Amino acid sequence: MLSIKNLHASIGGKEILKGINLEVKAGEVHAIMGPNGSGKSTLSAVLAGREDYEVTEGEIIFNGKNLLELSPEDRAREGVFLAFQYPIEIPGVSNVNFLKTALNEIRAYKGLEPMEAKDFLARLKEKQKLVELDGKLANRSVNEGFSGGEKKRNEIFQMAMLEPKLAILDETDSGLDIDALRIVAGGVNKLKSNDNATIVITHYQRLLDYIVPDVVHILYKGKIVKSGPKELALELEERGYDFIKEEIGA
Amino acid sequence: MANEILEEQISGEYKYGFVTDIDADNAPKGLNEEIIRFISSKKNEPEWMLDYRLKAFRYWLTLDEPHWAHVSYQKPDFQEIIYYSAPKPKVQLNSLDEVDPELLKTFEKLGISIEEQKRLSGVESRIAVDIVMDSVSVKTTFKETLSEKGIIFCSFGEAVQEHPELVKKYMSSVVPYTDNFYAALNSAVFTDGSFCYIPKGVRCPMELSTYFRINASGTGQFERTLIIADEDSYVSYLEGCTAPMRDENQLHAAVVEIVAHKNAEVKYSTVQNWYPGDKDGKGGIFNFVTKRGICLEDNSKISWTQVETGSAVTWKYPSVILKGDNSIGEFYSVAVTNNYQQADTGTKMMHLGKNTRSTIISKGISAGFSNNSYRGLVRIAKGASNARNFSQCDSLLMGDKCGAHTFPYIEIKDKSAVVEHEATTSKIGEDQLFYCKQRGIDNEKAIGLIVNGYCKEVLNKLPMEFAVEAQKLLAVSLEGSVG
Ligand SMILES: Nc1ncnc2c1ncn2[C@@H]1O[C@H](COP(=O)(O)OP(=O)(O)OP(=O)(O)O)[C@@H](O)[C@H]1O
Ligand SMILES: [Mg+2]
Repeated sequence: MLSIKNLHASIGGKEILKGINLEVKAGEVHAIMGPNGSGKSTLSAVLAGREDYEVTEGEIIFNGKNLLELSPEDRAREGVFLAFQYPIEIPGVSNVNFLKTALNEIRAYKGLEPMEAKDFLARLKEKQKLVELDGKLANRSVNEGFSGGEKKRNEIFQMAMLEPKLAILDETDSGLDIDALRIVAGGVNKLKSNDNATIVITHYQRLLDYIVPDVVHILYKGKIVKSGPKELALELEERGYDFIKEEIGA
Repeated sequence: MANEILEEQISGEYKYGFVTDIDADNAPKGLNEEIIRFISSKKNEPEWMLDYRLKAFRYWLTLDEPHWAHVSYQKPDFQEIIYYSAPKPKVQLNSLDEVDPELLKTFEKLGISIEEQKRLSGVESRIAVDIVMDSVSVKTTFKETLSEKGIIFCSFGEAVQEHPELVKKYMSSVVPYTDNFYAALNSAVFTDGSFCYIPKGVRCPMELSTYFRINASGTGQFERTLIIADEDSYVSYLEGCTAPMRDENQLHAAVVEIVAHKNAEVKYSTVQNWYPGDKDGKGGIFNFVTKRGICLEDNSKISWTQVETGSAVTWKYPSVILKGDNSIGEFYSVAVTNNYQQADTGTKMMHLGKNTRSTIISKGISAGFSNNSYRGLVRIAKGASNARNFSQCDSLLMGDKCGAHTFPYIEIKDKSAVVEHEATTSKIGEDQLFYCKQRGIDNEKAIGLIVNGYCKEVLNKLPMEFAVEAQKLLAVSLEGSVG
């Protein structure tokens, strides 16, 4: 589904990603861990098409398409969804209106008619339940005045509504209380299928107890320095990043 | 209605035996007493109206154009303007079907289908419309239905003929011709506009609307609107404006007066979309307008809601004089400027009565090379005890070549007053745009969404039909303004 080869990206002339290689197949869950500033959010921003970053080398193929040639909105329409580490507030725009616009834009891209109001409402209800999102939040302005945890939950709600092919969750677990973590993870698991994939960026092994990854990658100074089964996350939790540094001789 | 005007024109030409170089449709260019007499006679006006015009004109001659607004433009040459232009009387307009289809199309774009109105004669939720094209009121709809309730809704010219006592009593009572340069000019040369009287105890059952259109080239439009809400009455009034694209600047200098008697309420909504000029700043309408309402008696209320997207230069301060005790004045405004547009707009709230309240919500959006200023005055007179005002002025900038300015003036002469002022300036966030795009929404739609969200408090005040149109208009006005 997703194939990243030798990806280099920089911002303001400073190289952040220094040759990333990553293969994600449909149905898989990949976890990316790594110390602060290692480039995890940068990778997700480059995948989503944030223009501030310059890709200097490498390629990203997504379902047969050259992702780097697509605009951010077309990437989203192709099924790339990013749950932001810091979700953005849009005052005065209701969550419902925002999602309706997004959903219909994606549908239009696929040559589909806008969704019928009643179908939309039904989906809204269903997904709200799935992530146990307070009905009031759905009607409020996008993320405006939401608590940190509410914002994160809202990201997963949006993901549920838009049904992406590839979801990238950038530290969705940070800021969530224990119950919320379980609910959000449960939501992600329920949305999992054989034709979508998830990349989970996290600092904590705890999340991976709920969303069990097929592969764990460790990103360090802009490179994936180690990949392994889910036990790698446990090892990391116990030993910290020092053992990685030792292993790669940094 | 249209027939009457047309007949008036035809007969008018000969009755007063004017010099031959005046053709049937247009006055010659320029401004002098002859022209004013010509306009007055075309409109078959009584002596007192002509006198008023001449007094205003003579006063105007003593004035200089004001300079204090934060706008710069090539001053109009007042001798180059045609002050009277009427649709040619070739065709007799018997019904709406005969109105220029282009005009009807524009009208439909404004969300007001008069075609539909014609079919439905029922009163509920319909809109009565007065169309003013160039200088003449072309058609007023639903007059009969309204008159059953005693509501007068007609062109200003017709009101002068048929309700002179009302016109005489109220005209100039809120905006005297001495008020300012453009009010004086308007008082001298105004050609038509709308008149509306809601009698005691009547809630106007439909929205009243005037659609203004500048059509002919080289003309100015000087319309006058007078709205009187008698005791315990209510009316919601809508105004839409458009003009074709032209290279030259055209002048629009209107006067709107509102009088609210005891317990009366008037809502006045404008969607102003005069031609703003091209992307290099060529052409466009100069929109120099004086709008003022007076809450004459206790418990009355006037609210102005405006969505200003058009005009090359706008100079406009819909204001409220809060004379009656417990009266309420409101001003909700969205002003968008793009390319080389300039807007200096805001309001004045003059608190004279006790327990008077005013609210000002102004949302300025600047893009391109434009300049957008909020200018507001809150004056609390001595003896206006317990007056309250809340003002919020927000500016949104798109790009870094445009300007946003805020000039709030506050004059408080009574210690019991409570006046609050909040102001913010923000940039349309790259983060917000990217967030929208990441959800599949393209740049243009994202801007529309964000801007509409930003203006929501104001858009919510508009009647439904107008709100939808205003939202689209905002998006269109800002097309291509970011990234
Ligand atoms: N606009 C910028 N200019 C310069 N450096 C930047 C810019 N944006 C990000 N960086 C740098 O890029 C590096 C990677 O940042 P990134 O946000 O991808 O890290 P991260 O792995 O997500 O960290 P965290 O775990 O703290 O979220 C950091 O050193 C950061 O300071
Ligand atoms: Mg990060």
